[in-house]
Amino acid sequence: MDLFEYQARDLFAKHGVPVLAGEVIDTPEAAREATERLGGKSVVKAQVKVGGRGKAGGVKLAASPDEAVARATDILGMDIKGHTVHKVMIAETAPEIVEEYYVSYLLDRTNRTFLAMASVQGGMDIEEVAEKTPEALAKVPVDSNEGVTLEKAREIVAQAKFPAEVAEKTAEVLVTLWDTFVAEDALLVEVNPLAKVASGDILALDGKVSLDANADFRQPEHEALEDKDAANPLEAAAKAKNLNYVKLDGEVGIIGNGAGLVMSTLDVVAYAGEKHGGVKPANFLDIGGGASAQVMANGLEIILGDPDVKSVFVNVFGGITACDEVANGIVQALALLKDKGEDVTKPLVVRLDGNNAELGRKILSDANHPLVQRVDTMDGAADKAAELAAAK
Amino acid sequence: MAIFLNKDSKVIVQGMTGSTGMKHTKLMLGDGTNIVGGVNPKKAGTEVDFDVPQGPNGQGGAPTSVPVFGSVAEAIEKTGADVSVLFVPPAFSKAAVVEAIDAEIPLAVVITEGIAVHDSAAFWAYAKAKGNKTRIIGPNCPGLITPGQSNAGIIPGDITKPGRIGLVSKSGTLTYQMMYELRDIGFSSAVGIGGDPVIGTTHIDALAAFQEDPETELIVMIGEIGGDAEERAADFIKANVTKPVVGYVAGFTAPEGKTMGHAGAIVSGSSGTAAAKKEALEAAGVKVGKTPTETAKLAREILGG
Repeated sequence: MDLFEYQARDLFAKHGVPVLAGEVIDTPEAAREATERLGGKSVVKAQVKVGGRGKAGGVKLAASPDEAVARATDILGMDIKGHTVHKVMIAETAPEIVEEYYVSYLLDRTNRTFLAMASVQGGMDIEEVAEKTPEALAKVPVDSNEGVTLEKAREIVAQAKFPAEVAEKTAEVLVTLWDTFVAEDALLVEVNPLAKVASGDILALDGKVSLDANADFRQPEHEALEDKDAANPLEAAAKAKNLNYVKLDGEVGIIGNGAGLVMSTLDVVAYAGEKHGGVKPANFLDIGGGASAQVMANGLEIILGDPDVKSVFVNVFGGITACDEVANGIVQALALLKDKGEDVTKPLVVRLDGNNAELGRKILSDANHPLVQRVDTMDGAADKAAELAAAK
Repeated sequence: MAIFLNKDSKVIVQGMTGSTGMKHTKLMLGDGTNIVGGVNPKKAGTEVDFDVPQGPNGQGGAPTSVPVFGSVAEAIEKTGADVSVLFVPPAFSKAAVVEAIDAEIPLAVVITEGIAVHDSAAFWAYAKAKGNKTRIIGPNCPGLITPGQSNAGIIPGDITKPGRIGLVSKSGTLTYQMMYELRDIGFSSAVGIGGDPVIGTTHIDALAAFQEDPETELIVMIGEIGGDAEERAADFIKANVTKPVVGYVAGFTAPEGKTMGHAGAIVSGSSGTAAAKKEALEAAGVKVGKTPTETAKLAREILGG
């Protein structure tokens, strides 16, 4: 989960990373009081999870509370690269910035370790720095069990060739930033820019944090950081039912078991769709290994509730869960939906293979549901589902 | 022959007494796995009875009692166990893997899904610091099977029989699908390495082992979006693998920035795409199928049957 700047700021503050005061608001009028609390002037910063907001006009200085209201009025509702601004941060104005640096910690998948990255060329897109002047970006592996001590932080700062007068202060910031990274179970913490201001102090002026959803069990506070307004309503409904669902932009609804098989199903449908007017998968939905009737019904309900869906492809490989159980699940799920008064009118193509496939197929044939078609190969079923979606 | 697991493997189960552990221990016993113990400090000294089903290759079918030990170290000392399969909930997985590493068990198969990355990175770093005496497979994987000999994990034992194909895959269900497509030819071993961002055994480790395994004639490698493991595997194949390799990559239609079920299955910016992985594999001489079925067909053509 990627956080907004103000949420990153709050986490930084919690773990001792030096930040400026700031608060988030969602109405222009609230900018007045927030700016008054900051002594009468502020920076109004659009809160969007996308880079380049400054250039897009999403960051403005306000010299008075009235001006803050005006700037917040301009910025709230603005569209920045397809992201609508619903919130702005009213931040303390930064003291005069002398230099801008970059620091981050992230997971290095390739080397299966954490990585510290630091550069004295901050304030710009770090991918650009990495491309144009790779020597200006220090990358230092961090052992998960050793962490970043002050000594390790000094090593990072030295490798990135930070100026001597800020080296120690930056090293101290790097230690607190590591604390943030570990304590919050983050996949990424990034400060850009990390600024040296006229007083000689080091301040984190903007930041990015991405959190590991797998750690939610020990991070009860993270749930509140979710941006529930931005979630697609179907994704939100699926999440409420504990379903692993991602909305896509096609027409063929997909249900399958196992992440890899479902990803593959999307591809196979898109491939088959090339022959049927370019229809594409409408979603990713993994109902997992168990696939009980209730879970199947929950999944079908979400997918049938998607107005973009023209046909549904249920692709199940029976592993530990046998296909007869899955077939019963499908039949019962359709009955459950009917009982709930749902008007099921979209055709379903079902492919069952693997453990007890014959039994499962027989159950579907015997049920003889008018909307259900059985196709016994994955490629064939994908083709049929694409054809049905194209015909609608 | 086989890789990482065979009929002589002595397997213990960490988390055996939980519901998932119980269910799969029974199935593993049915597949002929030599399970010599479970680990649970609270139930140490007891025995658990399993009503073992008849397995696909004629194993099992008789009630079996499995002793519970207080620690991995004790289990190794008393049984000579050399493989541990872990069905430990995410919150306790790190401690359980660290225990297995401390006991220097040669192979730890971590089935658990949903382990925090800071935990898997920590136990991987710990294994490395301890000299990599423990091979870790997973987490978030179905384990591995050597058909007809032993099954360490949750791969259905009755899909296929012993044979000459080696399989390595990030995905469980695609492993099953591919084993099913090629069930008449059979498999030497099939290894599910897992879909998390940090995993122990990689495609490269399995490719190297299959290259050395005299019973493996062809290798099927299944990848998916996220990271650069497939690209690195392609480089490895080019330099070190002389056996034919057939590949499949899932996730061509996955949008950027969305996690597709597996914690590690995410395209970040322009990196980790299925297209880049396919291209890298093809450049290394690997035939890559457009669908799992087409991939199986490619394997069949090479094996001539």
